[in-house]
Amino acid sequence: MTTTPYGAQTAPRTRVAAAVATDLTKVYGQGETQVVALDAVSVEFQQAEFTAIMGPSGSGKSTLMHCMAGLDTVSGGSARIGDTELTALKDKKLTQLRRDKIGFIFQAFNLLPTLNALENITLPMDIAGRKADKAWLDQVVATVGLSGRLKHRPNQLSGGQQQRVAVARALAGRPEIIFADEPTGNLDSRSGAEVLGFLRNSVRELGQTVVMVTHDPVAASYADRVVFLADGRIVDELRDPTAETVLDRMKRFDAKGRVS
Amino acid sequence: MFRTALRNVLAHKARLLMTMLAVLLGVAFVSGTLVFTNTISQAFQKSSEKGFTNVDVAIKPDTDNDKRIGPAPHLSQRLLDRVSALPGVDSATGIVHGYTALSDKDGDTLRSGFSNAGANYYPGKDGKDARYPLRDGRGPRSADEVALDAKTADAGHYKVGDTIRLSVDGPVLSQKVTGIFTTDDGNVAAGGTLTLFDTATAQKLFDQPGQYSEIDIKAAAGTSQTALKAEVDKLLPKGDAKSYTGQKLSDDQARDIKNGTSTLRTVLLVFAGIALFVGIFIIANTFTMLVAQRTKELALMRAVGASRRQVTRSVLIEATLVGLVAGVAGMLAGIGIGAGLRSLLGSTGVTFPDGPLVITGGTIAISLAVAVGVTVLAAWLPGRRAAKIPPVAAMNSVHAVATTRSLVVRNTIGALFAGAGITAVLAGTTMEDGKGVMGLGAVVLLIGVFVLTPLLSRPIIAAADPLLRVFGMPGKLARQNAVRNPRRTAATASALMVGLTLITGLTVIAGSMQKSIDKMATDSLKADYVVSMGDMGAMPLSPEVAKKLATLDGVTASSPLRLADSRIDGEDENLVGVSGKSLDKLLQVDFEQGSFAALSAGKAVVDQDTAEDKGWKVGSTLKVTYEDRSTGTLTIAGVYHGNEMIRGLMVDNSVLTPHLREVKDFQVMVKTADGASDATKDRLEKALGENPAIQVQDKEDVSNDIAQMFTMMLNMLYGLLGMAVIVAVLGVVNTLAMSVFERSQEIGMLRAIGFDRRAIKRMVRLESLVISLFGGVLGIGLGIFFGWAAGEIIASSISTYELVLPWGRMGVFLLLAGLVGVLAALWPARRAAKLNMLAAIKA
Repeated sequence: MTTTPYGAQTAPRTRVAAAVATDLTKVYGQGETQVVALDAVSVEFQQAEFTAIMGPSGSGKSTLMHCMAGLDTVSGGSARIGDTELTALKDKKLTQLRRDKIGFIFQAFNLLPTLNALENITLPMDIAGRKADKAWLDQVVATVGLSGRLKHRPNQLSGGQQQRVAVARALAGRPEIIFADEPTGNLDSRSGAEVLGFLRNSVRELGQTVVMVTHDPVAASYADRVVFLADGRIVDELRDPTAETVLDRMKRFDAKGRVS
Repeated sequence: MFRTALRNVLAHKARLLMTMLAVLLGVAFVSGTLVFTNTISQAFQKSSEKGFTNVDVAIKPDTDNDKRIGPAPHLSQRLLDRVSALPGVDSATGIVHGYTALSDKDGDTLRSGFSNAGANYYPGKDGKDARYPLRDGRGPRSADEVALDAKTADAGHYKVGDTIRLSVDGPVLSQKVTGIFTTDDGNVAAGGTLTLFDTATAQKLFDQPGQYSEIDIKAAAGTSQTALKAEVDKLLPKGDAKSYTGQKLSDDQARDIKNGTSTLRTVLLVFAGIALFVGIFIIANTFTMLVAQRTKELALMRAVGASRRQVTRSVLIEATLVGLVAGVAGMLAGIGIGAGLRSLLGSTGVTFPDGPLVITGGTIAISLAVAVGVTVLAAWLPGRRAAKIPPVAAMNSVHAVATTRSLVVRNTIGALFAGAGITAVLAGTTMEDGKGVMGLGAVVLLIGVFVLTPLLSRPIIAAADPLLRVFGMPGKLARQNAVRNPRRTAATASALMVGLTLITGLTVIAGSMQKSIDKMATDSLKADYVVSMGDMGAMPLSPEVAKKLATLDGVTASSPLRLADSRIDGEDENLVGVSGKSLDKLLQVDFEQGSFAALSAGKAVVDQDTAEDKGWKVGSTLKVTYEDRSTGTLTIAGVYHGNEMIRGLMVDNSVLTPHLREVKDFQVMVKTADGASDATKDRLEKALGENPAIQVQDKEDVSNDIAQMFTMMLNMLYGLLGMAVIVAVLGVVNTLAMSVFERSQEIGMLRAIGFDRRAIKRMVRLESLVISLFGGVLGIGLGIFFGWAAGEIIASSISTYELVLPWGRMGVFLLLAGLVGVLAALWPARRAAKLNMLAAIKA
């Protein structure tokens, strides 16, 4: 795998925000059963950076991702992808934005069983009615190592291979940002490492922006930056993490949580 | 086990909704039919019993006497006088009846289409006729007076003192309405008319001066019906009249009513059965899905010790519960339908005698038994499949993938059935009497197609690909989704196929029949007009009409058709009396030998079939005994190619008429100098006194009449088969709802990566459309095949039969199938579009 001219071009090391949350608030339910999932969260995700969002169950990390990705509505504050304010968009525009500017990787792979690997990869472009960039597609497919399996149906692929198809699907459209929700949650550690490697490479070599939600310190260690959430607030941040430093921070939050 | 089943039903109520609706509709049809037919049957019987309260013994002409030729003689005044004088008789009423058509104030026939009867008002000692209590005015007393039944008077807005135009057998009469009466007469209750004349006038009009059609006798107090009958019998002319006790007449009529309603009931139940049959596919689909979704749960039950039988039983108990709930609801709906149908028919002019709604224990038992039976039967296979789930499936964490289990066995069986079915149907078309073989073949073929639909679904749906491509990704996914579960798609499409097969088949047969009858009626007709009486020309015309038409200016040829009984060589034979000299200008008939010209010479012509049957040839001399018992000889001078309309032994009226007791014509054919035109028709109608009951029809009118008859019949069948189509629509809704539910995760993902709500809706709608059109194509194809095959049999008995494929109509049916798809997708598509993306992805 060599660096491409394209990747080099879109990987400026200047600090530009690909997505920004400002005082983002999400409240579920009403009255006594009201739950505040996000409590005025402000956070930036930089271009060509791999950010991991971590936090214990119920901390709001998935909610933050869903709101930033335009999958969920917000109760207050603002969420921007590039220059676009998501909270002002109606469903139709929001869908178009997701289709054209955002890539998704889910824990359960979420491939269409009736389509083969290649068709699954090009699905977002097919939906948009756009032609895939052949050279780019070949490169993405080669990157995730699926060249020999493009005609296979998802049920003929292993879990790791399926998730690699999902990664390729997210990359193929060259979105402004990719959101990955526990992408290794359903994989064994080797397949998981492969997928995380691809995500890191896509950031390092192709200049892609990736935001990943995970509760696995090892997965988080692939990221450039880790954001820690607890009780709907950002409580800490870590640059160039290792599995140990992440685990260390997590333990501290646990301890703090017990004390408070 | 029972509690588990009950919990399951409650847990899945939403998913069982369509299934329950399907069973409900079918059962409602069944119980509605039973309630309706029982109710009208009872009401008719009650009303007919009332009609016999004043009749202890009735005397009627003996129509069963084989020794007599021609119609039975009427009853004489002398017989009435002698019967009245019998000691056991309180009163005897002489009754005259016949056909009487009334004109409404616009000149059209009043309440045509039902029985239009005329009779006499026979005042008793008190000057009133007890059978017809008067609401207004008085009974008719002179030749220019009539009384009308109240329903007719109200329908035509006639009041006492008005003048009404009417006709009995041709000439138009203007009569004064002197009275309006009420009656329990069943025909009037059903929407017919009854006109009363004074006795002498009625006798004159109905061509039986001084005679009666029936004598009703009321016994004096203390005389039994049987004793009275014995007395009366001594006075009767042997072989010409018969007597019946009131009890017997009442019983006979009750039996007739019962037979009539039971025929109606059978017909309706057949259609209800079709709707229920279609429902089976839906029930089977639903339970298959429920079992598939509960694989783990069922495996767990097996793992903790439940036997296979217990698993099957739990599914069947569930089915029983579903059937019971749907059955009770369906039965209640059916009672509503039964009650509603009467008022609905009432609003279209068909009325029934009043009576209470009849809901019998049998109705309730049958409805519930049908509901439970059908549901359990349909759930039986899924139940067996549930039992085959191995206990280890409970441990298996692998996501259950939609199985595409091998269809090899299924396809082989299907191919065998379909092959055998086609062979039998084809064999049936070549056989002398192939109805049985063909019917069996049709059923076997249908089963074969049911079994084969999963196999057929792939190529047929693939054929729709170019069309779906237009819709981009939603189209592509819709096509793939449609063949994802071939069994379910097949069952859904089959449900629709059943209705459309029947609808198409009937349309093809009816269309072809219409064409052939039309041809039969018009091809051999050279006359410009056919003049006939009453609805569909079923009533006889006075010979005056033929006479008047023959002498009319501009009429170049005319001939009445006069039917008479006779006996030839000891066998009954119909004679057709015609005007021999003009027949060749009126009819286009090919002669094997001779021509119509022979008729004028007093000779006879006969159609080829009859000639062959009887062994007659040109030159044969027949010994004929006429109605009046006089004998003569007829020489056959010609043999012609007859058809269903023109056939039999024809003689000139100059030969036949002198022997007839009453001269009645069934139609008069007319050829005019100017040919058929509105002006000519107008002139003929004017000459006949603008008679409301006489039809002056040219070929086109005859064709229209025939077409109208078939259209009415077809519309009725469409209506009855509509229920099966509605149930099939529920099936499509059900399947789509299941698919949306099962694929909610995928739909969520599609929404996330770029399908907007419209695209999701479009995807579901297109899937629905594809499945429906698949069922439609299969149904229409099979329908055409069956229609063609049935036609081959019909063609062997009707020479003019030829296959007519109403392409326009079939296009409409296909559109209808498409519409079914679009409508059925409305709700599932909305649901799919509204799915919560996040919940769906995480599921």
